[in-house]
Amino acid sequence: MDLAVLLPAVAFYVFAGAAILFAFGVVSARNPVRSVLFLIMTFFSAAGLFVLMGAEFLAMILIMVYVGAVAVLFLFVVMMLDIDLVEARQGFADYLPLGGLLAFILTVELIVLGASWHVSAKADGLRQAPISADQDNLRAISEVLYTDYAFFIEAAGLVLLVAMIGAIVLTNFHKKGVKRQSISAQVARKAEDGVELVDVKPGQGL
Amino acid sequence: MVWNWLMSNLAKGFKREFRGKMMEIGLAHYLAVAAILFSTGVFGIFVNRKNVIIILMSVELILLSVNINFVAFSTHLNDLGGQVFALFVLTVAAAEAAVGLAILVAYFRNRGNIAVSNINLMKG
Repeated sequence: MDLAVLLPAVAFYVFAGAAILFAFGVVSARNPVRSVLFLIMTFFSAAGLFVLMGAEFLAMILIMVYVGAVAVLFLFVVMMLDIDLVEARQGFADYLPLGGLLAFILTVELIVLGASWHVSAKADGLRQAPISADQDNLRAISEVLYTDYAFFIEAAGLVLLVAMIGAIVLTNFHKKGVKRQSISAQVARKAEDGVELVDVKPGQGL
Repeated sequence: MVWNWLMSNLAKGFKREFRGKMMEIGLAHYLAVAAILFSTGVFGIFVNRKNVIIILMSVELILLSVNINFVAFSTHLNDLGGQVFALFVLTVAAAEAAVGLAILVAYFRNRGNIAVSNINLMKG
């Protein structure tokens, strides 16, 4: 068989198989730390699939955003919370048959749907941003992202800002009974407030 | 009877799309991978009822499968719009993970566990 056909196929099956296996690891691992590590490997495999499809920029973004930021965030939270591993595992066997059945039905339905997909003859005329063959993926994306989709990328930035503020507000809490420095109160203080002259009579004390 | 008709049609469809094309990777193959990842995420939500962290990770898996679908259609139809949309899905997924984990930390601080069965107490 032609090597130019064989190699992408082998790469596809390796990455796809790895992604599916690691995804099963995520949902069935006993220890949440292992789940996070499986999640990282799933994202790596999916990034490989993206490269095979020709979306190199998204593949690199996937590794940077998911492996570099989201998975590390998950890892921090898993290690910060003191989870009872036995209790967290309860109900796994109870829900296994129903969950497995539903997942199987869903898989079959979605694969049938995907396999029976046929592209309309009119699809070519309906394209939002046609990919030209002489441009690489990064340049092509940047050219539409900062022109046609400029408003959307600013809205995405706003979404991230709101999420950041929300996360800070949710996790920030003040312990009661801890003395804190109040600079405005210190600066506003006058000598009359701080010093009191008491006229003490001899031999009496305060 | 309906069952037999359904099964024979299904088998025909699978033969048409996948038989003899094992080495010729097309749109259907990527959609199949995305479908399996999606179902795995749904399965994870079903079986991990006591562990919200795994549920959040399952949601990430589901969003990843959505992204695979977007990119597959984008490259198959030669339209960059799908890849740009996948970028925005990625953004929203990151924001969702941050806020979800923040809620989780606040919840753990109050309750001492992360069982999803008691989360309706947050209604106040």
